[in-house]
Amino acid sequence: MRIRGWFVVIALAVGSVGCSSIEPWVKPYDRENLADPIMAFTRAPISQDFLDHVFESREGSRGATGGGGGGCGCN
Amino acid sequence: MSSYLASTRVSRFFIKYLVVGATLAAALLPGARAGVLPEDRADLLYFRYDGGGVTINGPSMLVRKSIGEHVSVAANYYVDMVSSASVDVETSASPYDDERTQSSLSVDFLHGKSTYSLGYVNSDESDYQAKTMFASVSHDMFGDLTTISFAYKRGQNDVFRNVKIGGVKVNDPTFAEEMESKSFSVGISQIITKNLILSGQYEVITDEGFLRSPYRSVRFFIDPVSQGQQPEQYPNTRSSNAASIRAKYFLPYRAAIDTMYRFYTDTWGVIGHTGEVGYVHPLDNAKWGGSWIFEGRVRYYMQTNPADFYMDIFPRADFANFMARDKELATYNAITAGVGATYEFKIERFPWLTKGQINLRYDYMTVNYDDFRDARFSLGSFGVPPPEPFAPGTEPLYKLNANIIQFYVSAFF
Amino acid sequence: MIQARTVKGLAKGLALAAAFVLPAFAASSSGPAPAFQLSGRGGKAIDLSQYRGQVVMINFWATWCGPCRQEMPLLEDIYKKYKPMGFTMLGVNVEPDSKAAEAWLAKQKPVSFPIAFDTESKVSKMYKVAGMPSTVFVDRKGNIRIMHKGYKPGDENIYLTQIRSMLKE
Repeated sequence: MRIRGWFVVIALAVGSVGCSSIEPWVKPYDRENLADPIMAFTRAPISQDFLDHVFESREGSRGATGGGGGGCGCN
Repeated sequence: MSSYLASTRVSRFFIKYLVVGATLAAALLPGARAGVLPEDRADLLYFRYDGGGVTINGPSMLVRKSIGEHVSVAANYYVDMVSSASVDVETSASPYDDERTQSSLSVDFLHGKSTYSLGYVNSDESDYQAKTMFASVSHDMFGDLTTISFAYKRGQNDVFRNVKIGGVKVNDPTFAEEMESKSFSVGISQIITKNLILSGQYEVITDEGFLRSPYRSVRFFIDPVSQGQQPEQYPNTRSSNAASIRAKYFLPYRAAIDTMYRFYTDTWGVIGHTGEVGYVHPLDNAKWGGSWIFEGRVRYYMQTNPADFYMDIFPRADFANFMARDKELATYNAITAGVGATYEFKIERFPWLTKGQINLRYDYMTVNYDDFRDARFSLGSFGVPPPEPFAPGTEPLYKLNANIIQFYVSAFF
Repeated sequence: MIQARTVKGLAKGLALAAAFVLPAFAASSSGPAPAFQLSGRGGKAIDLSQYRGQVVMINFWATWCGPCRQEMPLLEDIYKKYKPMGFTMLGVNVEPDSKAAEAWLAKQKPVSFPIAFDTESKVSKMYKVAGMPSTVFVDRKGNIRIMHKGYKPGDENIYLTQIRSMLKE
């Protein structure tokens, strides 16, 4: 587990050196739709947490229910 | 690959100095980057789950407040009031009521393009106490189009068993077990176009210790027409892998459609597929007044492989080292369809309230089991045998339907 | 004694960290501020060249951007204070629908400085806007001096320092 973790960090660091010259293809001034509250993966964490709990306690599957990112990308 | 990394000492020092280097660089450039903290909000939820003989209802309260420009704190208090006469309970015990209280506290710290989070969850019920700690880091990169995140969770749980002594429910003093859970997850979120965002996550969970229910029994054939019961026996480790991908797309007339798929597999042999599609439709300044958001969602869950040691009825007593009859580990499929409505408003008198929301959501869940039978047809209900008992193993397959209602109010400030 | 591998590791680490941090510097631009003509409020035409000789602070903003909204009243205060000294604030709204921005402005405390609508993002592209909000300081000769990305409470002090030094020229 420790080795795998280091590998991920190295891979990302090395990857980002080569990729720092990639220009963002969605410009900051084009983020209007992504910044719209309806585009959030989870609009109400309190409700989503409850439903995730309902499913997890009735099913054999668990994990990988998160999702983030997007938004206005301001600042 | 891992042995190469293990043997190369240079890699380890390299990473150590990357961290030192990054910290130095961050100190030299105050405010070179900045992300955004989550919104301040307070939510109060009332929920009710009704299905399969089980009723669970209760409140949940969440408050999130930012302190200064870099810190956001969130606290949640949640109570499950359970009234259970589930099919397992009906065939082996008496109905029970219980209450589970869960409180959690988390802190987010924003530094440049990274957010560091730390949290603690405490869950208490009469026969189960769970303490969980979690830590995560997320980082925006590539012009804020990409977000990567790592999370680690660790839980320490104490399992007890309730018995009735003189009509009073108490913990059995001879029974005290423990289990520990650890999870590691990696996530990446990518903006694809100005209307489309994709997100993927991979999570590994490892459980160790007492992993079964202290109350559940398996059944076995004594002879072709009669059955016996004995306590379940589970392995004391369980390791699982789950990978999910989700997408959300902005429709030109202002609405959003989203979809997700999750693949799950674990060392007990369980394989599960989860698929979901959702649609969000806002209606600003509707002719009949106000600002509304409507949502519809369909979720399909298929557990295509049961646990290796699961059987509805075993050929004989002590059939194997591990035996389970938890329908959660069976083969089944479930469809959940939900609709929700949100009314959004502002109050002139309270300018600090950026917006308020009243929300109502209803979900209907139906589950069809392929290898779990309704043993009430042979064992009866709460010790009362059925008028015309079925032979064990010939009972109809079990089906479960549940109604889930949520009513919640949110305030943004 | 500092070992060779320590120095090697440190150098590699700093180089990688720099990769994350250097792009922030790319935000400063220099040279003549690209000319543009856009429509303003009430359909009035706004041309950057009409402000030659004044210190101009161009602020790229949008109604959907939280920090932009937070910053607006402060920009109005700065405008009112320094206008008599040969300064102007010029807001450039980057939304495709100017009506939405006008409706939002109508609901706020009055904003008296000129606002132009860059509905086709032409000006945002010319100025290589790399964050929301973005603030460009143009001197009396029409040259870009500094480009500031984002807004956090306290940034107004950076703005005031920059404006005061440019006004003295």
